[in-house]
Amino acid sequence: MSAPLLHMQGIDKSFSGIKVLDDVSFELLPGEIHALMGENGAGKSTLMKILTGIYMRDHGTIRLQGEPVDMSHPLQAQQLGISMIHQELNLIPNLSIAENIYFGREAFATDYGWFKQKKLQKAARDVLNRLDLDLDPAMRVDALSVGEQQMVEIAKSLSLETRILIMDEPTTALTEKESERLFRVMRDLSRQGVGIIYISHRMEEIFNMCDRVTVMRDGKTIGTRHLKETTMDELVRMMVGRNVTERYPKQRYVQEEVLFEVKNLSRDRSYQNISFSLKKGEVLGIAGLMGAGRTELVRGIFGADKNDSGEMFLHGKPVHIRSPEDAIRHGIGFVTEDRKNQGLILTFSVKDNIALANLDKISKRGFLVQSKELQLASSMIDMLRIQVRTPRQLVKTLSGGNQQKVVLAKWLAMNPKMFILDEPTRGVDIGAKVEIYQLINKLAQQGVGIILISSELPELIGLSDRILVLREGRLVGELKQQEADQETIMMLATGGKE
Amino acid sequence: MTWKWPSFQRTGPLLGLLLIAVILTILEPRFLTVSNLFNLIRQVSINAIIAFGMTFVILTGGIDLSVGSILAFVGAVVAGLLAADVNLFVAIIIGIVLGALSGLLNGILVAKGRLAPFIVTLATMTIFRGLTLAYTEGRPITGLPAHFRLIGTGEIAGVPLPIVLTALFFLLFYLVLNHTIFGRRVYTIGGNEEAARLSGMNTDRIKMLVYMISGVTAAISAIILTARLNSAQPTAGLTFELDAIAAVVLGGTSLSGGYGTLGGTLVGALMIGVLNNGLNMLNVPSFYQQVVKGLVILIAVLLDRRKSNK
Repeated sequence: MSAPLLHMQGIDKSFSGIKVLDDVSFELLPGEIHALMGENGAGKSTLMKILTGIYMRDHGTIRLQGEPVDMSHPLQAQQLGISMIHQELNLIPNLSIAENIYFGREAFATDYGWFKQKKLQKAARDVLNRLDLDLDPAMRVDALSVGEQQMVEIAKSLSLETRILIMDEPTTALTEKESERLFRVMRDLSRQGVGIIYISHRMEEIFNMCDRVTVMRDGKTIGTRHLKETTMDELVRMMVGRNVTERYPKQRYVQEEVLFEVKNLSRDRSYQNISFSLKKGEVLGIAGLMGAGRTELVRGIFGADKNDSGEMFLHGKPVHIRSPEDAIRHGIGFVTEDRKNQGLILTFSVKDNIALANLDKISKRGFLVQSKELQLASSMIDMLRIQVRTPRQLVKTLSGGNQQKVVLAKWLAMNPKMFILDEPTRGVDIGAKVEIYQLINKLAQQGVGIILISSELPELIGLSDRILVLREGRLVGELKQQEADQETIMMLATGGKE
Repeated sequence: MTWKWPSFQRTGPLLGLLLIAVILTILEPRFLTVSNLFNLIRQVSINAIIAFGMTFVILTGGIDLSVGSILAFVGAVVAGLLAADVNLFVAIIIGIVLGALSGLLNGILVAKGRLAPFIVTLATMTIFRGLTLAYTEGRPITGLPAHFRLIGTGEIAGVPLPIVLTALFFLLFYLVLNHTIFGRRVYTIGGNEEAARLSGMNTDRIKMLVYMISGVTAAISAIILTARLNSAQPTAGLTFELDAIAAVVLGGTSLSGGYGTLGGTLVGALMIGVLNNGLNMLNVPSFYQQVVKGLVILIAVLLDRRKSNK
């Protein structure tokens, strides 16, 4: 066994007192393809940001081929031959392939201070040849497919004499053919001695491509396995942990009457042929990994984006929802996952934000009635126990939990019949979380149908009467509350089993 | 106490206006006479009314560069109708409808065409100017009926009519902006368009309406200006869009939308008027007047920036 290319040991990291990495260790051999797995928030990204010098670790050592390094700056990581290909590509669309590969390092391609395109393109062609890529280096990057752009990123890291290549979910946006080519390139690189850290949720790819896998959970390393000696079951168990029977105050209020139904809803590459129904008083959970199409689907239902095909029924009658305006008219509310950019007007007061979806309620013949507006805001503030000094306080001065309550207030004030909640407890303190859980129960009791998206599986399982699992835009499973556990959901969501 | 500073931001422009007025009065006591102030506000009225419409557009995060050209176009058409003995009221109504339609064209291109407001209105600015020059063949239209002139020169109870009209339109637009659902939606779109749409607002329709309002205010100004000059000039309204934008910005409205007041815009328009008037009385050469106006705008924006960064 050769000496490890990279050895990270005892890595700790805290952000404002909250420990996100706790004694994490990770090892990478030359020429190894090493998978890094874990649920969202397990600490994978933080660890990689420490490795690439974006964050400084609090404790622990990083050794490259036995030599300790301090890794305090992204430039140092680059000089040491560590590069990362992010999920969102970092290319400059209006520059050529060659210009992108050598961005910031073009100085070599000059003669007496004059810039020589030809020289730059020749160097770029050499790198592309090493990847067996037949692309014209003079081509603009925005004319390339996503897969080709990714190849350009890899070429860029190759030109940097990369020894360690980190790839974060590289196949999410690729077609099958493009993925195949990527895998071929990865194998080539590994033969050349480059160590690859491969972050992915896709079991099949990991079992096909990787030598070893390290699983993280809650900021800790759970273990490292040779893929030849492990099973999907074991990995899923490592990812979700065994001791996850958190208590949720769940009560059942599902009624017989079907409230809402979709049939064969499809949109482009986001989701295909989705059909399901929602009963009055039911909490329907939607599970899936990032990019599985959960948010896209509920946005389609709410009319925020256009569906390509499919039908929707409310109370058994067909409805056409082409815009959020239509959805609201039909009594549907939607708490978006991105509170700051999609939910709130940060320059507005609490009162004005609550009024947003209820302007008809607080007006007479088009004129706003101040007293009604204040009354509405005050009643919602009391009901949800939003902590404000006055309803006129600017919403941006509130804590995350209280901001989220303002978003909820905006929708509750319209008395929704159906309520879509996309990650309603993200960035919310534990106290407010419990209040949101209680609110969900209360709404179900009143007969409101609820669609709930959450990446926190214990929360989703604890609150839902039924859970739909999405993978790559398709409905791959439907679980009753009794059958739903984290292992089964992760299996379905990662494609470990159908 | 962050939520208290909006009131300070509101009074800032007013304090600036008073400061300039006090300095001018000290330098030139004739500045503070009733006749001079009436004269000043009459000059301001045209820019102020255009700036009211511009406030709506800028509050949604847009901009309207075409108002000066729409003004010239409407002025020419109204004058042409009057010169052809068309009834006064019919001509005025046609003029206002024409302004509304011109604005609607901007609005459709911005909202439905998803084009940048700057580009759209830059293009229509050129188009409307070209149409005006074509219609007038590059010559002023004169020979307007005497009763039409009254709109520019008449008085009600001793107050010049343009001032009365400015006050009326200020009240009307103030009411719309602060006390109607529509006004609230205008602010909401500028604050966060996606959140506005997801809260059930028809953002396209609101955007089309604000450009229509801007077109209408340009048309109203066109009628007042044409009446005052007793002729329609093909080059009327050149750079008026810049004065209107300056008034809105001086009044503390954010160019990215979502924050600002109509009162601020009125103060901004008065500030520009006071500077013009005062510098004239002080016999400052007109070339230097422009330098001073530019500097005042820069200082105002810098002060505003300092406040916002707190």
